[in-house]
Order: sequence, then structure tokens, then C-alpha cells
Amino acid sequence: MQEFMNEMIRRGKELLSGGAVQRVLGWKKGDLGYNPEPAFFLGEQDLDEFVYDGFCGANLSKFMIEASKMEGKTLVFLKPCDTYSYKQLLMEHRVDREKSYIIGVGCSGKLDVNKMQREGIRGIKSVEEEGDVLRFHTVYGEKECPRSRMLLERCHVCKGKEHQIYDERIGESEETGDRDRFEQVRQIEAMEPEERFAFFKGELSKCIRCNACRNVCPACSCRKCVFDGSQFDSSQKANADSFEEQMFHIIRAFHVTGRCTDCGECSRVCPQGIPLHLFNRKLIKDINTFYGEYQAGVSTDCEMPLTDYTAGDPEPNAAERGR
Amino acid sequence: MQKIGVFVCHCGSNIAATVDVARVAEEIRKEPGVVHAEDYPYMCSEAGQAKIASAIKEKGLTAIVVCSCSPRMHEATFRKAASRAGLNPYMVEIANIREHCSWIHKDREEATEKSVILARAAVSKVNLDTPLQPGESRVTKRALVIGGGIAGIQTALDIADAGYEVDIVEKTPSIGGRMSQLDKTFPTLDCSACILTPKMVEAAAHEKITLYTYSEVESISGFVGDFTVEIRKKARSVDMSKCTGCGVCQEKCPSRKAPNEFNRGLDTRSAIYTPFAQAIPNVPVIDREHCIKFKTGKCGVCARVCQAGAIDYEQKDELITRKYGAIVAATGFDMIKLDQFDEFAYSQSPDVITSLELERIMNAAGPTKGHLEKLSDHKPPKSMVFVQCVGSRGQTCRDKSYCSKICCMYTAKHAMLIRDKYPDVDVTVFYIDVRTPGKNFDEFYRRAVEEYGVHYIKGQVGKVAPTEGGLLVQASDLLDNRQILMKTDMVVLAAAIEPDPDVRRLATMLTASIDTNNFLTEAHPKLRPVESPTAGIFLSGVCQGPKDIPETVAQAGAAAIKAVGLLAKDKLVTNPCTAKADELLCNGCSCCARVCPYGAITYEEKEINDHGIREVRRVAAVNDALCQGCGACTVACPSGAMDLQGFSNRQITAEVDAICR
Repeated sequence: MQEFMNEMIRRGKELLSGGAVQRVLGWKKGDLGYNPEPAFFLGEQDLDEFVYDGFCGANLSKFMIEASKMEGKTLVFLKPCDTYSYKQLLMEHRVDREKSYIIGVGCSGKLDVNKMQREGIRGIKSVEEEGDVLRFHTVYGEKECPRSRMLLERCHVCKGKEHQIYDERIGESEETGDRDRFEQVRQIEAMEPEERFAFFKGELSKCIRCNACRNVCPACSCRKCVFDGSQFDSSQKANADSFEEQMFHIIRAFHVTGRCTDCGECSRVCPQGIPLHLFNRKLIKDINTFYGEYQAGVSTDCEMPLTDYTAGDPEPNAAERGR
Repeated sequence: MQKIGVFVCHCGSNIAATVDVARVAEEIRKEPGVVHAEDYPYMCSEAGQAKIASAIKEKGLTAIVVCSCSPRMHEATFRKAASRAGLNPYMVEIANIREHCSWIHKDREEATEKSVILARAAVSKVNLDTPLQPGESRVTKRALVIGGGIAGIQTALDIADAGYEVDIVEKTPSIGGRMSQLDKTFPTLDCSACILTPKMVEAAAHEKITLYTYSEVESISGFVGDFTVEIRKKARSVDMSKCTGCGVCQEKCPSRKAPNEFNRGLDTRSAIYTPFAQAIPNVPVIDREHCIKFKTGKCGVCARVCQAGAIDYEQKDELITRKYGAIVAATGFDMIKLDQFDEFAYSQSPDVITSLELERIMNAAGPTKGHLEKLSDHKPPKSMVFVQCVGSRGQTCRDKSYCSKICCMYTAKHAMLIRDKYPDVDVTVFYIDVRTPGKNFDEFYRRAVEEYGVHYIKGQVGKVAPTEGGLLVQASDLLDNRQILMKTDMVVLAAAIEPDPDVRRLATMLTASIDTNNFLTEAHPKLRPVESPTAGIFLSGVCQGPKDIPETVAQAGAAAIKAVGLLAKDKLVTNPCTAKADELLCNGCSCCARVCPYGAITYEEKEINDHGIREVRRVAAVNDALCQGCGACTVACPSGAMDLQGFSNRQITAEVDAICR
């Protein structure tokens, strides 16, 4: 890990000094050992702050919308699953390929801090990753656990180690998928309607309308969000009632349908731990059922299922009520 | 804020009997922006329109709402009235308090309340209306007729005679359709081919008509006046420019096992064939599925015997793209499949046949050369039973709910012809009702009963069983209240007719609506029976509903004159309710361009001033001349940048808000 992080920094410095890129988009050390954050690095010295470890789950694709408006090229590091988002944005003409220099970086699954806390690992000072072992240095002493136990939910349904788009690659990837992507969706589908409603009501009632899910979502990239508009009574604010918070998430899920790559960022950033990816995954499963297997962000020149019509498309009554 | 006038129509008693119109006017006067409200017995009358005009002038109205019938009836009337009074016609909204309210409610109190709500919604919408200016679009002076049966031929002839170019697309190798399969026609008993072939010849020879036989419509795009149609000319494997129609290839073809579609599969034909002697064009087609050359690579007899060198095994399907101003659907019908009607033993006995098969048997060019005989042993029948309404007028899922309309008359025709030619054959007809409205129709049926001694029994056949030496028919006689068990030699089933199954695909391409029975829907069942609700699409023949030949020909002429009326115009006024992109909201993602069926949306790099931030953005631009205002883009747009003028998202939300208030 350390090795190929050094290689990333070396390439970053090389490209910056040669003038091939104007800036580097990567992850910067945070104030704690487990919270690196996305950052633009403008000079070679800045890159000393660069970090790439198991906590670099953040998907940098969305930042490329802003980067595409800036002068010159931006070097961006994208993990295999991040490249789907980048490619979807490329399809929607939101990012400029000409202004992007993409280094596909290896990934062997990213870590979930909330899981660690749920497992009772608190006061983390730093974490060492060694093969499949995580070694925690905490204020309460040392602790060890298998790395695979602390992976983000999305890594258990890993889309694979292939980068969908890149200029060059650094590091090896590992496929970490060991679960069925739609298993949870099927469980929820199998619930009685009342039970299902209660489940979602319970989850969504935790929402504090911080908008983190929207702000992080690469598919949620409208110039002006409907929830920020003054035309509708839904502008950014605390919820007036439970109906509003339900509507916020359901509108958002429908809004990104067909464009969501299932990157899982919404669930990763939710401070309340709401499994928001379930909405998206249900809609992806429905699209697959009705229009055939489709993964957003694989191709930029294919027809998207919801904006394309074929004579074989199912009639509206194909959807089963209550499912 | 607009200065709104509201006009509530009584529609005689149509609305006023169920809705307290005076109260609607009184209530709506309280709405913000409403400066004038009145009710009147007939708003659409000259006097009613004058009231609107004077209110516009006297009170300086900037927008009006008319609470009346469906906008499909009188929106144009009121728009014109407003326009004459100096108001932009798109500042008029209709609240439909007749079809949507008075006609469907009984309770006066509830209906009045609903009318007020509907009026309020219209007021909320009109408040956000902006004046719109319609543009113009051109008309391609050429019509397409889909289907080359009698309906299509007649429509094409009438359009061509009016001086416009017409193309007929026919999927089989020849024009002629179902009528070419008929032997005689009711009620005059003249030979079907004798009256049809002159029309076929006329169509083929007409300088304004182009025939695309053995061809199918592949795709349709565009809109009224400017359709673009892709036609697939299927590979005939015979060069039409060289073939002389001598017929030697068909005589010499060693493959003889293909079922003969024209004779309803009662005999077989060669692999290279013309469907019937009078086929137009008289150029054969190679049925590649049954041709030995195509199956094994060895044969080539037809190519060897063809003096003209017209056989071309390498021929490929050809795609032709043409522009049309109007399209007429004339796709016709077929009989239903009888696999769900096992009680009639259709699949078990060759002596149980459909009426169309009998038609072929009685025809001189048919499988028996016109001799009436049982197909099981080729002996003449001694008695025959006709069963009416097989699959028509039924209530179960295998049945059609409608009356197929032609069966009563053609059965009377069959019975009469048989009794005339073979007086020793005993003919019995089982019927539910005998329906013979039409000029000289009932007289025709009575002749069958009275002069030709056909036994008509009111009652249905329950079962037909093949037995030793004939068919056993079990039926009931409802008038005599008795069960009948009789032996007969042949049973003829008057199977229901249904629209050609391809019509579903076609309707989708035309964006024309179809009903639950797959019949194409007319724009108005009484007043616009030959027009589809989709502008520029016209309906001819059985694709719109069951009809006999005289009705079909009449409707074909009607469809033609509607098409001609369109083609005669040089320019059409376009609907100004087109889509418009809000450049500040547009992401430039292309979702709208992907869904636009008219190719009306393009993208441009444009400098945008977004509240002081100047940047070049990729934004959508709508071509008003191409946009038809379907609204697909407005729902596809992820950022809500696309809006339909006259039906903006804000207006729709305002209407909903007004209703939910």
C-alpha cells in the first residue's frame, strides 16, 4: 500500500513539474488517522500531504465537474468503481475528458469507520493495514481484526477490479465482492407492505436533512437543485414533517434512476447511517428486470434504458402493485 | 397578475341541470385576479361569443377562462373569439365542466363544488399563461397508404385522382387484400374479382400511384405534414424490371409443398409464386423458406427456365426512405384463430371449415376448382350447417365482445349460392340474431329464407363431433325450446374477424391509439370517424372497426378527402406550445435530446450570465418548427430546465395546488 501511494505521489509531482497537469485531485491527510478528505493539490510540496489508504473511500469523480471549468488539465486518481461515475458524467457532458488526466488506482476494498465503532473499536489513533489484518492503535491499546470484516457495504458487492476509463494505472486491485447485490432488496420486497413502510419510515425518520447524500452523489449534479429552488416549498431546511423527509429521499432516488452507478457514496457519508443505497438498488433491480441488465457508467455511447424506447419495452402494467 | 374573465356555460341543460352555474360564477368571482364572471345558456353561440368579446374590451381582460365542454369541442371557437377581440388566443383556458363533471355526476351539490374546483384550477393556470405566437410548417404533398386491400386501393385512387402522389405499401406480394379471396359479394352477388381487379389495374396504372408490394413499413418519424417513413422492400428474388410474368418458373418449380396462403392453406403452391392469377404486380416472389435453392443450394430451375433472366437469388432487402404529408392506415383484418374453439372440431375434421375457406372452395380458382365438396373424401355434401357468431359477441376471454358485422350477410350469401347451384343440399344456419341493416340487405336475407328454403334456427351449436359417415351436430332451438341432434356433412364456422395483428406495431410507430380489441381509434366516434387522434393519420377500412365492402369503400373515400384536405394546404399553423429550455438550469446532459421523437433539440456552447457569473455552457436549444409539444423532454430533464410553453411545470403545479386547496 505504502509503495504504491509513493508511486502515486511521484507521478503526481512528475506531471505537475512537467506542466502536463495544473493540479492534482486526490485525498489529503485528515486530522485523525481515519478521515482523509478529497483535495486539490496545486504544487509539488502540497503532495506531501497526499494520502492513499483504506479510508480513501471518497469518489472523486464529481469534483471533476468543477475541475473541468478550470484552466488546464487536472490529474485525478480514480478507483475502479469511481470510474463508472466519471464515465456517466462524461456521457452527460458534465466533465471534460480533454481536461482530465486519469490515473486508475488499485483498490482492495475501502474501510467503514462506523462499522469499527459499532464493533466497539473506539479512540482510534491510527490504523495499520497488513494484508488481511487491521491493526488499531487506540487510546485504549492495540486491537486486531480481519480487514474483510470492516469493509464498506459497497465493497461486499464490488463491481470488479477493471477501470472503465484511464490514461494510466498504478497498483493492483482486488475483487472484494462476496455478497449478492440485490439480496437486501429482495428481503425488503418480500416484506408485507405495512412492514416495509414501517421499515423505511423508521430509517428515514433518522434523516436530519443535512443534504450530505445529495452533495456527494455524482449523479446529483444539477446546476441548481430543485431542493434549493424557491419555486417549490422544498428548499434546504429542516423537515417540517415526516412526509417531507420521505419525499426528499424518494424524489432523489427517482431523480438518479438510470444514471446511478450504485457507487454507494450516499450511504457512506450519511451521518445517521441510513441505508440510502437500498432505494437506488431497488430501482436498478427494476430496470434490470424490465429493460434487461444495465450498468450505468460502462459505456458512453449506449442507449440509457429510461431515455430510450424500443417496441419491446414493457407496458406500464408490468409493474406489480405493492412491489 | 392577470385580469381574468370567467364565462360559465349552461350548455342548455347539459351542464345547468346538474351544476348550479350561477353559483360557480359567483364563487369564482372571489378568486384573486378574476375581475369578471358570468354565466350564459350557450357560450359557444354568436351571442355568447359576443359577451366574451365585449367583456374583454370593456374590462380590459388579459386572460379568460371558459367553463364549458371539452376543449376538444370548442377550444378553437373560444380562442378565435378572444383573438377577434384583440386577446392572444393562448390566453384562453377551458375548464371542462361537462364531460368531466355534469355528465358524470348526479348530485347537484357535489357537481357544483367540483365545477368550482375545476374553474379554480383553470384560473390558476391562466394566471401563469403567456401570449404565444404560432409558427408555420410545410406540407409534403405526398400521401402514404399502408395496406393494399380494397380500402387502401380506394383511398389511394381518390387521393391520386385529386392530383397528389400516393404510395401504397402492401406486405404480401400483390395488392387486392381479403376482397381478392372472396368469390361473390353481397347483396348483388357479383363476382368479387370482377369488380376488384379493375380497381387494382387502375391503381397500378395510375401515374400518381406507386406500389410497394412485398414491403413493410420499418419506421415512421416526424409529424403531420412532414412524416419520414422507412419502407423495407423485402427481397423478391425476382427482378421486377425484367420479369415478363410468363409464369413458366411457377410451372417448373419442383418445390410444391408450401401451404397456399391465398387458399387459406387448403392446398399447396410452388416456392416461386404469385398469390393468384390476377395478382398485381404480376411478378412472382421466391418464398425462401420453401425454396430448394435457398434450403440446399442445389436447384436453380427457375433461373434456368426464365427467358428474361429475372431470377436473382442474391437480391437483398432494400430500405427506402420517403417523406409524406399524410398517412392512411388501411391494414385490414383476418379471421381469429380457432384453436380455442375445440367444440366445433375445426382441427379434427377437414369438413369443418371457416367461411373464408368456403369462399375459396366455391371459387373457380380455389383448391377444388369451384366444386362444392367435402375435403375429407371429395364427395359432394348432402347437408351443411352454418354456425354464426363463432368468437363474436361473446363474454369469455376467447371471444371478441363485438359483432363482426359481415357474417350474417355472407352466410345468407353462401346459403343462397349453395341452394341455387346444388338444390339437393340441405342448408341450416344457427344464429343468435340475424343482423341485416343496410340497403337491400334484409331483402337479401329474406330471399335466402323464403325463396331458397334455407333453414334458419335461432340457437347456438354446442358441439360438433366427427363420427362414422359425417358430423354430429348438437344444438339448441331457442324458439321451439328443444335440443337438436343432427347429422351433417359439412360445418361452416363464421369466425369473428379481428384487426391484422401487425396493427399494434404500426400503431406504436404512428403514435396512433388503438382500443382493447386492437382497432385503431378514431378522433371522434361520430364526428371524426376517419381521422386518428394523431394529426395527419387517417383510417380506412376494417382497421378502424368491422365493415363490409360498401362501407369500406365509402370510408376509404372519406379518409382520402381528409388526406387531400391536408395535402392541399401549403403551410400548417404549428402549435406554439413548444418546449423551451431554461438556460440557467440546463446541465447540458442530453437527456432531452435522447427522448425527443422529432429531433427538435440540439445543443450549443453559449456564454451564460448566471447571476453575474459568465461562463460558456453547453445548453439545449429547441427548434420550434420541429417541436410538437409532446412534453417528453420536460419529464426526462433531470434538472427541470425543460418546460412546455402553455403547460409549464409551474402551471401544472398551480392547477394541482388549486384543486388540493
